[in-house]
Amino acid sequence: MSGVLVIFFLLAALAVLGAVSLILQRHPIHSALSLILVMVALAGLYLLMGAEFIAAVQIIVYGGAVMVLFVFVIMLLNAGEEERTNFSKLATFGGIPLALALGGVIAAAIARSSGHLPPPAASGVMSSTKEISKLLFSEFVYPFELTSFLILVAILGAIVLAQREN
Amino acid sequence: MSEILAKYGFLIVPIIKILILVFVVLTLDAYLTWLERKVIAHIQARWGPHRVGPHGLLQPLADGIKFILKEDPMPAGVDKMAYFFAPFLTLMLALTSLAIIPFGPDITIFGYTTNFGIADVNISLLVLFAITALGVYGIALAGWGSNNKYSLLGGLRSSAQMISYELALTLSVVGVLLIAGDLSLKHIVEKQAGDLGLLSWNIIGIRKDGTDFTQIIGCICFFIAAIAETNRVPFDLPEAESELVAGFHTEYASMKFAMFFIGEYTSMIAVSSLFTILFFGGWLSPFPASWTMTHYLPSIILVPLGLWVILDGIRYETVFGRVILPGLGAVFTALGIALFLSSTVNELIQGPFWFFAKVGAVLFFYIWMRATLPRFRYDQLMDFGWKFLLPVSILNVVLTSAFIMWRMK
Repeated sequence: MSGVLVIFFLLAALAVLGAVSLILQRHPIHSALSLILVMVALAGLYLLMGAEFIAAVQIIVYGGAVMVLFVFVIMLLNAGEEERTNFSKLATFGGIPLALALGGVIAAAIARSSGHLPPPAASGVMSSTKEISKLLFSEFVYPFELTSFLILVAILGAIVLAQREN
Repeated sequence: MSEILAKYGFLIVPIIKILILVFVVLTLDAYLTWLERKVIAHIQARWGPHRVGPHGLLQPLADGIKFILKEDPMPAGVDKMAYFFAPFLTLMLALTSLAIIPFGPDITIFGYTTNFGIADVNISLLVLFAITALGVYGIALAGWGSNNKYSLLGGLRSSAQMISYELALTLSVVGVLLIAGDLSLKHIVEKQAGDLGLLSWNIIGIRKDGTDFTQIIGCICFFIAAIAETNRVPFDLPEAESELVAGFHTEYASMKFAMFFIGEYTSMIAVSSLFTILFFGGWLSPFPASWTMTHYLPSIILVPLGLWVILDGIRYETVFGRVILPGLGAVFTALGIALFLSSTVNELIQGPFWFFAKVGAVLFFYIWMRATLPRFRYDQLMDFGWKFLLPVSILNVVLTSAFIMWRMK
């Protein structure tokens, strides 16, 4: 087994462990920390594929900015441990079959794709920061601007909600 | 020798470099605390530490022993995971950030060429920001996990402060990136080389290649935001002792407190290095390259320093004063003479010499500010970050890109 494969399985196991611990932890802060572990492990996987820029942005945006806000809000609300209740009927009869179906679909997709997928760096699209910014501001400029607009609307909405009490 | 290096160099050389860097940085941290206490004391017309060893030079050692021997009580009701993990995270991230920094140009030893730093990543600036982004968790978790209202308030304040100032920190660098056209710290430094010495650095920026736009606005914004990111005076609200006892590390003692302390000083060094690289030409000499006489500056400084240390040491009656100080002075003098005689070694030492001289000057400025400025009030801090620093750094981005567009026509 090559070194890259060993690192891949280590990071993948870390990501899965983090995701499982995210659900099983009883304290919101511990869940948030598990999610950060997942984000950092994913960044490592991106790095393994040669997408350095995406990896760094994954940590800066998701691992840093987004999760800091999660942790900040949980700390500010001083949320305590969650109480365990019995499984609701919806979870038993809707959730478990759906989860099994999703697992089946993913397994089928993996089984069908014989042969290797080329790493993103080899195809020359994701490799450099310059390439990504060129794509972002030429081919994908409308989706990009629309996303910015969406975020602006969300910010305005948050301000309106916060100001309502006064 | 060279065959082994060619075969296993990729593994051996980084390990040696990591060991050297950790040793140098931890020693530097220890003596930075000594320097800080000494400089602040002299600014305030006091003596500072002067009992343990000549000039208090052994004080960091005494502090270290005290940290190790102290009792380490754990308060009741702490969240064990967060409480134990936080100091490790802070120190680990601070030390990791140093791995990206280039301390000098590439060097060749025994026919093996390597970069002067641990890792040479082509997106090093982004990696550094990624590490800074994770740095908030150490302080936030310490504050929350300690089960203490002062710690919690300190942790919350620090999270809010770091989120606010991270924006200005990142945006103030964009001007430099536009000029260099690259995210690699090594290339950013190489871009600042010019015939005019220090006039070619980004802070002044006369290079006559269409990118000569001064980054003084970005420089000032970066420095202010960097002080806030490292939680130093006048932005040390997370540990404001007049209102929060000691903020997020109120409940920490012994080595766990020491880890926060070392982490803070290490990130000070990392931020000063980054500041030097981005705006003050990194390892480049402030003199034009044609002034070869200035290459003897390290010798000119080292020889008198060594002689003074010898003379100063023999005045004392202790072993440290009589033996170690003159020994150290002799080493300095010998090093200075060796550099003067061997021009190859002298050329090798030029880059790191200027780099550490500049970083030292920035660190001195840090300490100077701590001794001079009063602390901000919390609402002033937030107002300043969002309503002044952020718009000004955006203005810098707009001005720089407009200038570059205008010159490219």
